[in-house]
Amino acid sequence: MSVIEQLHVGRPTSRVDGRLKVTGKAQYAAEYSTNGMLYGYIVSSTIAAGHISSMDLTAARRMPGVVEIFTHENRGKAAWLDRKWRDDVAPPGHPFRPLHSDRILFDGQPVALVVAETFEAARDAASLIAIAYEADPHCTELARKRNEAYVPPEKRSGIPPPPDPRGAAEQAYADAPVKISRDYRINPEHHNPMEMFGSTCVYEQGGKLTIYDKTQGSQNAQGYVTSVFGLSGDDVRVVNHYVGGAFGSGLRPQHQLFFAVMASLELERSVRVTMTRKQMFHIGYRPDNYQTVSLAADRDGRLQSIMHDAVAATSHYEDYQEAVVNWSGLMYHCDNVKLTYQLAKLNTATPCDMRAPGAAIGVTAMECALDELAYELGIDPLEMRRINFAQKDENTNKEFTSKALMECYRAGAAAFGWERRAQQPRAMRDGRQLVGWGVSTGIWDAFLQKAQASATLKQDGTLEVATAASDIGTGTWTILTQIGADAFGLPLEDVQARIGDSSLPMSPVEGGSWTAASNGSAVQAACDALKQSLFKLATKMANSPLADASFDDVALEGRRIFRKDDPARGLAISEIMHAAGLSELTEQGKVSPSLIQMMNYISYTHSAVFAEVQVDEDLGVVRVTRVVCAAAAGRILNPKTARSQILGGVVMGIGMALHEEGMTDHRLGKIMNANFAEYHIPAHADVEDIEVIFVDEQDDKVSPIGVKGLGEIGIVGTAAAVANAIFHATGKRVRDFPITIDKILTAPPLS
Amino acid sequence: MNRYDYVRPDTVADAITALANPDARALAGGTNLVDLMKYDVARPALVVDINRLPLKSIEVSGDKLRVGALVSNSDLAWHPDVQARWPLLASAILAGASPQLRNAATTGGNLLQRTRCYYFYDPSTACNKRAPGSGCSAIGGVNRIHAILGASSACIAVHPSDMCVALAVLGATVEVEGPQGQREIPFAEFHRLPGDMPERDNTLQQGELITAVAIPAPQFGSHFTYLKLRDRLSYAFALVSVAAALQIENGTIKDARIALGGVAHKPWRDVEAEQSLRGQAPEPRVFEAVAQLILRDAKGQGENDFKIELATRAIARALAQAAAGMPQNQSDKVIQ
Ligand SMILES: Cc1cc2nc3c(=O)[nH]c(=O)nc-3n(C[C@H](O)[C@H](O)[C@H](O)COP(=O)(O)OP(=O)(O)OC[C@H]3O[C@@H](n4cnc5c(N)ncnc54)[C@H](O)[C@@H]3O)c2cc1C
Ligand code: SF4
Repeated sequence: MSVIEQLHVGRPTSRVDGRLKVTGKAQYAAEYSTNGMLYGYIVSSTIAAGHISSMDLTAARRMPGVVEIFTHENRGKAAWLDRKWRDDVAPPGHPFRPLHSDRILFDGQPVALVVAETFEAARDAASLIAIAYEADPHCTELARKRNEAYVPPEKRSGIPPPPDPRGAAEQAYADAPVKISRDYRINPEHHNPMEMFGSTCVYEQGGKLTIYDKTQGSQNAQGYVTSVFGLSGDDVRVVNHYVGGAFGSGLRPQHQLFFAVMASLELERSVRVTMTRKQMFHIGYRPDNYQTVSLAADRDGRLQSIMHDAVAATSHYEDYQEAVVNWSGLMYHCDNVKLTYQLAKLNTATPCDMRAPGAAIGVTAMECALDELAYELGIDPLEMRRINFAQKDENTNKEFTSKALMECYRAGAAAFGWERRAQQPRAMRDGRQLVGWGVSTGIWDAFLQKAQASATLKQDGTLEVATAASDIGTGTWTILTQIGADAFGLPLEDVQARIGDSSLPMSPVEGGSWTAASNGSAVQAACDALKQSLFKLATKMANSPLADASFDDVALEGRRIFRKDDPARGLAISEIMHAAGLSELTEQGKVSPSLIQMMNYISYTHSAVFAEVQVDEDLGVVRVTRVVCAAAAGRILNPKTARSQILGGVVMGIGMALHEEGMTDHRLGKIMNANFAEYHIPAHADVEDIEVIFVDEQDDKVSPIGVKGLGEIGIVGTAAAVANAIFHATGKRVRDFPITIDKILTAPPLS
Repeated sequence: MNRYDYVRPDTVADAITALANPDARALAGGTNLVDLMKYDVARPALVVDINRLPLKSIEVSGDKLRVGALVSNSDLAWHPDVQARWPLLASAILAGASPQLRNAATTGGNLLQRTRCYYFYDPSTACNKRAPGSGCSAIGGVNRIHAILGASSACIAVHPSDMCVALAVLGATVEVEGPQGQREIPFAEFHRLPGDMPERDNTLQQGELITAVAIPAPQFGSHFTYLKLRDRLSYAFALVSVAAALQIENGTIKDARIALGGVAHKPWRDVEAEQSLRGQAPEPRVFEAVAQLILRDAKGQGENDFKIELATRAIARALAQAAAGMPQNQSDKVIQ
């Protein structure tokens, strides 16, 4: 059963939730209210290590409106065992338990919750709590802990450790005629989504909870709450209809969720807890890291040796891990590869996945190093990448399900005008502005995760598709609506997507760029099953005009099923439902990765990023005047929301290149610029032309609907392309990101 | 943020009466004060909302511009007379903050905004400006945005305003009114260096209200610029900024004024250095020399050492822009 015309998938489609968002009707977690709701305000520690010796709550308790103050001395009941606190994406270690004891492990650690009748009273009272600490020595400086770095003993689920070395990398490096070895650092970054973390826990009669939470996974949050508080799944529902960005910070339950639920259960009242912007700098972040990349090639530019070593920060209580160096072993063909990845413990919160975790920093270092090697060789940096093109994933020895990267290089270079580039640095200028062009490859996993969905036809022939996915700004609402609409030949208005609710069919957290592929395929599967059921009902009807038709003989359009060869012979969906005595008809669909296929194949999304910068020759001011990002991401469901994902990723990549940096006073162990005035992300003026190209890429293996996902690829490679362009413009290599004016000013000039 | 009482007087006299309370703070646009209250840096017992006071007019009489203390930064920058005759002022304002902030921020509030020193905003750290006698955490700390000129061992903070850098060049006068009546403060004497009293940003007396800023008409035609260098191209405070104005006659400099932002506890002017330009040719060699002269006593604090070189180059470039009559365009970010 096909549809006459697929009107939606593959076409640029505006967000179905756009109007609700811009008119303020889309409700976010901290915007739900109920009668008699209480407000919680979190008090944060002001030292980085030690313990609380005393807390004076007298003045705070006297504040009119204060209902309760929770500290480690009177916190509510919660699970004892570590594993009860582990959420779906937790790294190995002991998950942070708010108010668990008097111990302080990082600055900004939550140490108390004030609950009051108004937000203002809670906040005011919080400022009156006097805490005395007994400080222990702390360390927030990765440089000082590098020598204590270790290979994480327990691996984080879902994160491949570096592959075993292949060939003889050191020897090949020693023997090769051309080589470079360089140190890179990308300073810590903070996710800073626009929407603050907030949870509104509605306490219903009998102790049932409906929790509106800012999260990337309603079911992950629900699982956490039931496990930590020993509640039954039936008593806890988590809703996250709309999420104002997250970039990974909402993958794990954040502590406002714990606090809202704990206070709600203890006080048997509804409670809302929100974080301040400053407090959002003390949850997970992109870890500080030092990387060394050593590359060697023959005189024709063929890579002979790749060595990439990384040391990244983690907390004292968990071993956060991401794939930083692995990419260097699979992006290019090379027989001699050695990759290492170690952690060092700092007095900070546990780092957390941030857009393209691992790749965003690892690929940046690798792609800058490759650029340096290309210059050593005198080879055009784009040509260098083509010369070393990898035909298969040499880390795992698996075939790619598809890899249209060559086409990204071609299309991106053509759009950018790369052939007009002068190879020498400082060869291009516009008045006092030095002009530079840089290129980088980008890569990210294309995952398919287990997911389920339901599809329901209503009596009037309209459709509802449901899955517990999230939309963190990515466009999930819209693509699921499009998929449903095309399955039944309906206009978008006739399809209602339902997501963002833990009571819906099973979904993983929204992360890893897997939602479109996984939940999209599950919705497709549910729709396919629903069409089968509908067809069966139609043929079974008395005097059915479709009685002798096979499934492939019929088509759907205008809420009708009819014979393709004789469209007059058909039935309205409402007629079929009516005849069957049904008010609605539901079917389930599910997907999971094929294990057999995974033994032989692996999938990645690729991109080629080209950047143009202008750098003022005296003042070091950088402008990124153009970026072209050509991506190969399988089938593009919605070019409009897809482009928007790439734009966001590229802008974040510009931020990594030039702006973003959490600045810590290591004497105090404190992040000093924990606000939007001083933690810089690109402003509009920093973003000029960005062109997004999607190259054609057919992939029948990556996911049932041929989709690879686009949430993260836009950031990967962008920072390197910008840094390489800055070198091309100025002849200066800055290997410490972000590349701020001071670093350009003081970098040694081209020798 | 604490509980506070709130009054909204209609007259300057009533406002001054209310502000006699040493724990009272005037609220204008609130873009700085409210932030400070949220961070528990300011904990006023009484907030005196001055937005109803009749201090919102922009008057041009002859060669003088008189700006009421409550005129918003946007209204001032886009006022036709200001655009035509005081373009340096308009340019400096538009180099600052964002449109939303400029719509709310006022002239008086801009002069009185506090430093952006990270430690000043964090009550858990030592800071002499916030808690006199507690020490200065910025010394030896995160200080890439801090002062290279005029700092003291008690405080190395900078005044963050862009508008004030232009006002320093323009020779403005601050009109204030307080319990002792009215007085006028020449702009150069309005802000102060930290010395051993960094808690005092300026010479306003307790209980005094800014009522207006008066600005004479500039004499430098199109030979001016406001050049601001920062960590992103918009919406960031200056690492270094330069307001420069030249009077050029017959190919030589008759008079020059140069003020720096982002380098000291007040907009930094060096009259001696300015005078050294008199009679000189407006050319790069001369500009570089005067830049060196202005920075002769500059001292870095570690992370901000680069500002010395950056300021030197920025002065030279700003003077070149001024000499060429090509002021920096604040919307096109290309630096000519
Ligand atoms: C994110 C951010 C970025 C910014 N970027 C820049 C920038 O790039 N460049 C720049 O120059 N500025 C910048 N600003 C600062 C902004 O210009 C100031 O906050 C603003 O000018 C203050 O004016 P206001 O009217 O809001 O003052 P308020 O916050 O209302 O008051 C500030 C202080 O002045 C006192 N006060 C106000 N008016 C009077 C009066 N008439 N008499 C006596 N006392 C008074 C108040 O009591 C208070 O102590 C930025 C601010 C923010 C928040
Ligand atoms: S520089 Fe001034 S404002 Fe900053 S910490 Fe030191 S005393 Fe406080």
